Amino acid sequence: MTEFNFLASLPAIAPEIGLTIMAVVVLALDLYLPESQRHRIATVTAVGLIGTALVSLALWAPTPDTTGLYWGGMVRHDMLALIFKVMILFAGALTALMAVDSAGVGRKGEFYLIMIVSTLGACLISGAADLIMVFLALETTTIPLYVLAAFKRGDARSSESGMKYFLFGSFASAILLYGLSWLYGFTGQTNLYAIAEYLGSPAFSASAFPVLAALTLIVVGFGFKISAAPFHFWTPDVYEGAPTPVTAFLSVASKAGSFALLLRFLVATFPGAVVINGQEIQNFWVQLVTVLAVISMTFGNVVALAQRNIKRLLAYSSIAQAGYTLIGLAAVQVSSTSNGEQAVAAIAYYMFMYTFTNLLAFAVIVLFSEATGTETISDFAGLSRRNPWMALTMTIALLSLAGVPPAAGFFGKFFLFNAAVQADLVWLAIVGVLNSIIALYYYLVIIKVMYVDKGKDEDKPIPMSPTYVWATAGTTLIVVLLGTFGVQPIFDWALQAGRALLNT
Amino acid sequence: MVNSVTFPVLSLLIFIPIIAGVIILFIPRDNKDLIRGIAITAAFSVFGLGLFTYISYNNTVGEMRAAQDAIIAEGGDLTGTRLYDTTLVFEERVVWVESLGITYHLGVDGLSVPMVLLTSMVTITGVLVSWRVEDRTREFMAFFLLLVAGVFGVFVANDLFVLFFFYELAIFPMYLLIATWGWVKLREYAAMKLTLYILIGSVVALVGAIAMVLQANNFFINEGAQVFADAVQSGLLPADSQEFSFSITQLTLAAEAGAFDLPFLGDLSFARLWFPFIFIGFAVLAGVFPFHNWSPDGHVAAPTAVSMIHAGVLMKVGAYAALRVGVQLMPDGAQVHLPWIVFLTLINVVYGAFIAFRQRDFKYVIGFSSVSHMGLVSMGWATMNLIGMTGAGLQMFSHGAMTALFFGCVGMVYDRAHTRDIPSLGGFIKVMPWVGVAFIVGGLTSMGMPGFSGFVAEFPIFVGMWNASPNISLQIGDFVLSNYYSVLVILAALGIVITAAYVLRVTGQVFFGEFKRENFPDVTDITLRERFVLIFLGAPLLILGLYPQIMEPMLVTGLRPVLALLGVST
Repeated sequence: MTEFNFLASLPAIAPEIGLTIMAVVVLALDLYLPESQRHRIATVTAVGLIGTALVSLALWAPTPDTTGLYWGGMVRHDMLALIFKVMILFAGALTALMAVDSAGVGRKGEFYLIMIVSTLGACLISGAADLIMVFLALETTTIPLYVLAAFKRGDARSSESGMKYFLFGSFASAILLYGLSWLYGFTGQTNLYAIAEYLGSPAFSASAFPVLAALTLIVVGFGFKISAAPFHFWTPDVYEGAPTPVTAFLSVASKAGSFALLLRFLVATFPGAVVINGQEIQNFWVQLVTVLAVISMTFGNVVALAQRNIKRLLAYSSIAQAGYTLIGLAAVQVSSTSNGEQAVAAIAYYMFMYTFTNLLAFAVIVLFSEATGTETISDFAGLSRRNPWMALTMTIALLSLAGVPPAAGFFGKFFLFNAAVQADLVWLAIVGVLNSIIALYYYLVIIKVMYVDKGKDEDKPIPMSPTYVWATAGTTLIVVLLGTFGVQPIFDWALQAGRALLNT
Repeated sequence: MVNSVTFPVLSLLIFIPIIAGVIILFIPRDNKDLIRGIAITAAFSVFGLGLFTYISYNNTVGEMRAAQDAIIAEGGDLTGTRLYDTTLVFEERVVWVESLGITYHLGVDGLSVPMVLLTSMVTITGVLVSWRVEDRTREFMAFFLLLVAGVFGVFVANDLFVLFFFYELAIFPMYLLIATWGWVKLREYAAMKLTLYILIGSVVALVGAIAMVLQANNFFINEGAQVFADAVQSGLLPADSQEFSFSITQLTLAAEAGAFDLPFLGDLSFARLWFPFIFIGFAVLAGVFPFHNWSPDGHVAAPTAVSMIHAGVLMKVGAYAALRVGVQLMPDGAQVHLPWIVFLTLINVVYGAFIAFRQRDFKYVIGFSSVSHMGLVSMGWATMNLIGMTGAGLQMFSHGAMTALFFGCVGMVYDRAHTRDIPSLGGFIKVMPWVGVAFIVGGLTSMGMPGFSGFVAEFPIFVGMWNASPNISLQIGDFVLSNYYSVLVILAALGIVITAAYVLRVTGQVFFGEFKRENFPDVTDITLRERFVLIFLGAPLLILGLYPQIMEPMLVTGLRPVLALLGVST
């Protein structure tokens, strides 16, 4: 940190630089393109974001003699950050593609601009290594999302959604900020790694209680961001009211970024080595996370059973999915490094596959609700006759969410439960698998509606634009590959992320 | 023993149906003849491969037995694992997820070869009886082939993870097939019930499997390091093996070396704690009491082809996996728990038969008869001796072909008569002589008539029970129950009597008596295609009944490792 090498520091924020350029490009295009050509902005955005992801992958050259901290310790450049940045960039690209035909959204340049800014924030979150950066990045992600949620100004539901999201979001941010300020107060440090060092050193002699309180506040703040129960209140309403592409984006990008940060925060700042007055801080957060996981899974799945609106259903399902992912976090017990690595890798893999899976499901919903104007599950009846490809795609997405092979979710869940069993949390794994059975019920019901039930509009096929066909086909292929042939390379990648996080 | 065959027979068994299914999905939906053509081509291809597997295994079974005899004569600590390694052929091994010890490892042994043949037979007949499915033919055939691929995958897997992967892969197409193309009144309820029952059993078993792999890993790193090193040295395990592995061979080694007998929870060993969960978790799919409830509803609601594959093959998947994962990997747990689980199987046999007797619906009779007959398979496992388990192996094949034949017959009658209410049917043998004869053949098999495969399957199970009786006792607190298998076997024989009663009743009421043309104006004789189905499924029942030697030796080679693990000399 002593010496600042500008060129060497650039790769650490390569995705962010790319995103900034894209933001400017989109802004310019919005000014120059006539109304009829504006839909091309979506393609440009998608290509730009995917290009950025590929460039960041190509630039991946960690210098082994550094600590991986760049820009004055603000940003950490490691595999964990990279894998999450890549998935967030893909999430942005796919969201842009699915927004094209969305009425009131797709033809407006500012939509893409705001989304890119939010993506930028989410990328920063994944690498944030300093309390200042943590807060700035979180706000850069969520403030654009408040705007996006309320994007359809004429639509009361959308405005309500934006308002609710704003109120709950700022409340959560305030709690988080309060927690961060406590942490700074005890340690006088803002860098996460420096805090860990200070807490572990004899210089720190305060009692454990205030640290635990700060930790609790921070976990609560993050709980809002990842929509874990009992901090999920905003989720169903915001998901339902926001324009569907926005829902898709916020269900994956901000969640993935927040998980990356939560992982880094808990594992790097409060590792097993931190013992205060004979109490391992790690045990405390593991218990906290375990409780959150059980509540989120059970609550999310049980309430999802009663939903009639597909977006609300996916909102509760996303609460449950956050619960499954938290199982992995609870299993990151640093006592044995290889177990910890596998748990971190399981989380990264789960988020990776969840990003594609959830976007696939939302892509079908966007298309369906644009064509029919409804989001009620029972209106999906007869979809397998109206557009067999959409029904099949949706089926694969739902199976992946449910964790049924050959879709990616099977491996995703398997890795998480495996991590839990390895960390001696067999009971938590059992709770997880039983929950996945509950979840299977409501996913199967949707599949049943699409294939079995007779709809009143069965003779009206739903058209699909070529962009959509390609985007859904590509995503479907990725979801299936992540459950079959592509598991080994991606999981290895995720394991490297785990190594990067734990062997600091 | 890695066979020198480089032709990936087993992978083709899995991938031909999958690829055919995917191709079918991309054919325009109105081109039904092409869809059916691809489906039947795929079905015949897998049958060819299944037959090839069976015949080539059968040709080498003599050598294999000699090799096994040598190993048994030699004795030693790892007899069971070495026997298992000997019987495994057509192996294919590709590392899948290295860091978690998951390998795409396929191989068949004496137990799975008959099941592979059975699956391929039912696949052909399933496609043929579904020839006239007109509603979304494309999706029907694609899902059917995917289901078949999943079933093949379970039978040929030699990696615990791969086994689970295919097990779960088979469940979902089944749901859609029943829910979409099933019997309108019951299909949604039955499909959901079936899926949830089966998945709950399997996911609990999955957690158990992960815990088992972890336990084996700890064992191989600590106490069993020498065992592991020796096994790699001697070639029993592949050179690139790692301690953390889902390989069934490696877990068998762990089981035999005592990894699962170490204290796990308090004084309780891993095997004793987890055996009931894993064994029953899989046996749910074999219809074990009290988790049999999904099965009759599922069978009745399913379209004919799916009932055939479901009762014919899928229930065997459950019984097979319960033996492979439960008994083979946790023999100590089997010795402790099977003596009480046998009571459940007895209830299956007798209660299933009683309920079948009381049904008015033709298809429910067959559905409950499956529950009853599958109870005999589990009972055969519970004998834990060669003769009883061989009988159970034969029963899996025999019941598979028989029940597929039954469901085929029921489907053919129902398609024409549009009712399955037994009292209102009658005299059908006059218009559908082929179906009548086929049903009688199935019925005679079902009641265990000598000369039919049911006899050669059920008789050894009863003998096995009788022989096992002096060796098995059940301890409940201070109370020791011993020599009770002989009583159970007498009660189980009662089930056979009831079976005879309901088979005769149904045959009499449906096929004999007066045919009322005025009630069934459209009923005609069956087509050539359907005759082929009946012959194809009926003939093996007679062949196996008259010449059980065609299958018995290979089952023995497959069962010897399990019995060696159980400490029974063969």
